[in-house]
Amino acid sequence: MRRRRFQTSGPALECVLRDLNQNSDWVEVGRRPLFSPQLKGSFKVASTVVGATPEHHTGGEDPNRRDFIHIAATVAAVGAAGGLAWPFIDQMNPAADTLALASVEFDLSKVETGQQVVIKWRGKPLFIRHRSGKEIASAIKDNHADLRDPQTDEERHKAGKAEWLILIGTCTHLGCVPTFGGGDYGGWFCPCHGSHYDTSGRIRKGPAPKNLAVPEYTFLSDSKVKVG
Amino acid sequence: MSGHSNYEPKSGFEKWLDVRLPIIRLGYDSLVDFPTPKNLNYWYTFGGILAVCLGIQIVTGIILAMHYVAHVDMAFASVEHIMRDVNYGWLVRYMHSNGASMFFLAVYVHMFRGLYYGSYKAPREVLWLLGCVIYMLMIITAFMGYVLPWGQMSFHGAVVITNLIGAIPVIGPAITTWLWGGFAVDDPTLNRFFSLHYLMPFMIAGVVGLHIWALHVPGNNNPAGVDVKSKEDTVPFHPYYTVKDGFAISVFLLMYAAFVFFNPNALGDAVNYVPANPLVTPAHIVPEWYLLPFYAILRAVPDKLMGVIFMGGAIAMLFLLPWLDTSKVRSMRYRPTAKLYFFIFVIVTMILGYCGGQLPDNKIIPGLTTFQVAASDLNSVVWLSRLATAYYFAYFLIILPVLGLTETPLPQPESISEPVLSHSANAPVGAAASPEKRG
Amino acid sequence: MLRKGFALAALGLAFIGGPTLAATSQEEPKAVHWSFEGPLGKFDQAQLQRGYKVYREVCSACHSMNLMSFRNLGQKGGPFFDPEVKNPNDNPFVKSIAKDYQIDDIDSETGDVVKRPGTSADRFPNPYPNEPAARASNGGALPPDMSDLVKAREGGPAYIYSILTGYEEAPKGMAVPTGKYYNPYMPGDVSGFWSLDPNKVPIGGFIAMPPPLAPDKVTFDDGTKSTVDQQAKDVVAFLTWVSDPKTEERKSFGLAVMIYLLIFSGLLYASYRRIWANVSH
Repeated sequence: MRRRRFQTSGPALECVLRDLNQNSDWVEVGRRPLFSPQLKGSFKVASTVVGATPEHHTGGEDPNRRDFIHIAATVAAVGAAGGLAWPFIDQMNPAADTLALASVEFDLSKVETGQQVVIKWRGKPLFIRHRSGKEIASAIKDNHADLRDPQTDEERHKAGKAEWLILIGTCTHLGCVPTFGGGDYGGWFCPCHGSHYDTSGRIRKGPAPKNLAVPEYTFLSDSKVKVG
Repeated sequence: MSGHSNYEPKSGFEKWLDVRLPIIRLGYDSLVDFPTPKNLNYWYTFGGILAVCLGIQIVTGIILAMHYVAHVDMAFASVEHIMRDVNYGWLVRYMHSNGASMFFLAVYVHMFRGLYYGSYKAPREVLWLLGCVIYMLMIITAFMGYVLPWGQMSFHGAVVITNLIGAIPVIGPAITTWLWGGFAVDDPTLNRFFSLHYLMPFMIAGVVGLHIWALHVPGNNNPAGVDVKSKEDTVPFHPYYTVKDGFAISVFLLMYAAFVFFNPNALGDAVNYVPANPLVTPAHIVPEWYLLPFYAILRAVPDKLMGVIFMGGAIAMLFLLPWLDTSKVRSMRYRPTAKLYFFIFVIVTMILGYCGGQLPDNKIIPGLTTFQVAASDLNSVVWLSRLATAYYFAYFLIILPVLGLTETPLPQPESISEPVLSHSANAPVGAAASPEKRG
Repeated sequence: MLRKGFALAALGLAFIGGPTLAATSQEEPKAVHWSFEGPLGKFDQAQLQRGYKVYREVCSACHSMNLMSFRNLGQKGGPFFDPEVKNPNDNPFVKSIAKDYQIDDIDSETGDVVKRPGTSADRFPNPYPNEPAARASNGGALPPDMSDLVKAREGGPAYIYSILTGYEEAPKGMAVPTGKYYNPYMPGDVSGFWSLDPNKVPIGGFIAMPPPLAPDKVTFDDGTKSTVDQQAKDVVAFLTWVSDPKTEERKSFGLAVMIYLLIFSGLLYASYRRIWANVSH
């Protein structure tokens, strides 16, 4: 009556069967019970059934043995920990109310030519610059200069709205706020590490790698923009 | 953490580290190789469950602190913000609030298990005392945590409990003012409670470390209550108890999850979703369920100071227990009389919990008016709590000391393996021949 | 032993969970079946929309809803959620609802206090400028904020529904104070206003809110007959959602967790039996 031990899903199935049916009649003659019936006092087993499974333990009977069940249980534990980790990480991402406040509307009519207004958007400064003709001309002139982050001036403002330049006012180097009117290119200059931007906000000199970023925005009317 | 170690460093790195900081050895000796009595039942899995509870509370608590604002004007809204706007904030907050209840549920099972099997007796007195310290820290932490959402019950609960300290003669009022940082529970109180609520779990974790250390010196007690005699009596902690504890933890988490996901507010008080209003007290002030027995004891005593003393005394009993129980037999398996009194004690604590949730004048048997004793109807919650309080103290101060001297315990087994062997001798012949016996 | 212990624990929980009696009295809330009941229950979106309309046209005249923003109406599980519009801030219904409200703001150039149309990100405005104003307009009673109302009341949705539909003519012998209404479902103590047999004091209490609903007071766009009962059910469903807008997310997440944990427990149990198979204990 000796049988090979079940190596794969057999024991799991037996175990489930046993759970479903607390009575002993699941133990078929000739099948080895997963666990000894006498371990549990209340577990009634017909002696014939037990007597019919006189299997000897072989050398591979180390309880540490990594058989299917143990591996599956371990994988499930790791999976559970991994699954729970995501909510705990995601909670640090912007909350729904933060995302909802991510757009601002601004009335441009009060910004005079040659002036710049700084407003706060997503916690950062936003430069809204009403450029003079001179500034625009200087920006266009440099479209094909040796740029670190090549972009034409047209790509940095809305079509037909060359006088309005809207930029995120943080230096692309390490996030300081550049000031207008400094530097060698008539645009912005970052006081922290000396990055020079031109009148289109393009990086021209210094450690910053990129042009000042242009946010997503739309003109709601001639004098009103919505940023974000 | 003590005695002989079977750890053999295998890789080069393990050997290198073992000479410098034997931390792998420590883990191996305490969590893998640690000889554990082989007859521990499921009641013994609650230590592991509690470790998981503490871990969950600390992790979710740290997350909540990232979003919570400890200010009287914003605390309530910030908790709601966590539940409504923060990604998975509802999950974290409900895990934390229900986790406190689960933590106490598990600690009560753990404590009753210790009471039943005499786990506080020599040589485990320090282990027990450290457990009592953890329990006290848990109560203080839970109380302060309950104040933080700044709902009606938070606020008025804080008012009631801090006013208890005012019962201390002479210095009481000064201490209360000091604790409040003002003349009422207000913003300074909320801020310091938040700070301390953040601190205390780490203190608990520290004492838990000592608790485990104190466990690993004498080793586990066991349901038979007899000492480990030979290697036959034990199995290594891993994999035998890691898998058993793991299974119990998983089942416990099922119950926990049922609360968190399908009835997250069942264990809380609805009134705590009304923002704190110092001008209006809710109709019925009650603490969370896990503190109701102590609240019942407090209200059972008509005098303010004595009420506080009795409530403190109820916890003090636990600290004195190792020296109050005179019996040399650890497990109540072999103390039939003590076992009876123990089960009455369990029921009495539940009765106290029930009384703590009722108004003192409520009737036990509806509609029946008996006679007045000490200005209260005998058929009232207040008298039931008085009787239950009397039993609570009698159990520690009279029953356990006297019983140990007078009772005749049942014969104890020689060793942990003995009852197993004698049990299998009675088993069917076929069973004795079954392969498992050879293991 | 183990089983006995669990039975005891269950008993203990039953004790603790039992209703706590107060000195006040009230009628048990009516039994209502809600679509959102139970571990699998979901909100009926059409009902939430009707409920929102009742809130908008009736409740919001006096009750604030401070914790809610317009965008919440368009989030997953909300009354105006549209699977096509993932971002609730862009939801066209939400935008047009928000626009109908006038929100206090400060003109960024002049500093003047101005009104402007609402946006999705704005919170529902308070009907009163402050608490004393709210009390003054309501005979001294403060209409409670509705964002947590269902969570904050013992009995939850059934209680609110019972209050809304439970107004009764005050029984003979009861002197109802001016500006108050008798409602048997309201917790209270009317013995001081009762002139007949002191052993037969009616159950319930007084409420400062006049019966808010009336047949056809709200016209439902989906053609549902606008009875008081229907309005009450719909607005309670809406307020239940408002109390915990993440309910559906929570339940579906929970179902997955429960199934996972059940399988995990089964695996661990099998693993446990296998490891312990060789040990007599």
